[in-house]
Amino acid sequence: MLVVREVGVVGDIVLAMHMSDGLVNAPTAAVFGLVAVIGLAVAVSRARADLDDRTAPMAGLVTAFVFAVQMINFPILPGASGHLLGGALVAILVGPWVGSLCIAIVLAVQALLFADGGLTALGANIVNMALIGVFAGYTVAIALRPLARRGRGGLVATAFVAALVNTVVAALAFVIEYAIGGAGGASLGTVFTLMLGLHVLIGIGEGVITAATVGAVASVRPDLIHLLRGSTTPLQIRGPATAEGNPS
Amino acid sequence: MTAPAPSSRRSAGFFVGFLVVALLVAGALSYFASPHPDGLDTVTLEGCQVVETNAGEQLAGTCIAQNATDHTIAGSPLAHYAVAGGAATVGLAGVIGVLVTVVVAGGLFWVLRRRGTPGDDHQ
Repeated sequence: MLVVREVGVVGDIVLAMHMSDGLVNAPTAAVFGLVAVIGLAVAVSRARADLDDRTAPMAGLVTAFVFAVQMINFPILPGASGHLLGGALVAILVGPWVGSLCIAIVLAVQALLFADGGLTALGANIVNMALIGVFAGYTVAIALRPLARRGRGGLVATAFVAALVNTVVAALAFVIEYAIGGAGGASLGTVFTLMLGLHVLIGIGEGVITAATVGAVASVRPDLIHLLRGSTTPLQIRGPATAEGNPS
Repeated sequence: MTAPAPSSRRSAGFFVGFLVVALLVAGALSYFASPHPDGLDTVTLEGCQVVETNAGEQLAGTCIAQNATDHTIAGSPLAHYAVAGGAATVGLAGVIGVLVTVVVAGGLFWVLRRRGTPGDDHQ
């Protein structure tokens, strides 16, 4: 009997949300593990400047929120789904260094507690989503920050674009790892085309979720949004009193 | 060092609300998640079909996923977002995950935070 399985959660062949062990060879996994360790060490030292009595709890909650939302696979094509990666979301809300740590913690909890994402692949997963994804989203967000500061519409548009880019770039990072040390089973061209195409669609979903979340935070606590902080337009960020001053 | 302008009570209310949203997403919305493979899994399964055999499910054809090895902790009590392998426990698994994550992340960030500096000057 030939049955194409429909549900990918429990079974002998278990699908995970992130790279399993064995998709890239051991040396490649080790190299990206090392890159992840170095990147996270830098992030820890740089994150301190962005953490205080108010932003530390915010960052803890943002991490838990990303964990929660990553569980929600949304349909993109018949038989295929996608889920939030969260890079742009954390970069906008808590900054790129703290944000990298947020995503790395989510990936570590998933791998160590929920058997989601291989242990030897954890480094590559961290590089793709916690480092490359976060900074891709952050780069776009910074480029669009003048727009984001113009009001809630600009902020939401910035979040959408940054999230779309972070998804696609993180997906392409896997393609690079596959090119370097892929275990085989599909041609590089196929992997590139499918990863790109699927993650443009997933990126639209990521953009919608990120825009909605950032927009919701902006409507109640714009002072907690890292991207809006800074000295140039203090009135925009001066907290609750001016929150409603932004056009929606 | 001065009292925060947006009062800490306001912050506490916002943070509690944020946590409740995360718990609802993981604990309830998770039941409505698509069961289909995500983007990466769709790519790694390209070229294969999942077939039922006497030895369990196998991948027929040629695809990247055939190289994937079992997860090191595949037998752990929370593996694959089910509590002890129970059916329909994804919500409970999600709530546990949210609580573990907020404690681990919140604890780390609290330890790393700057102390003794004016933390609420909006800078």
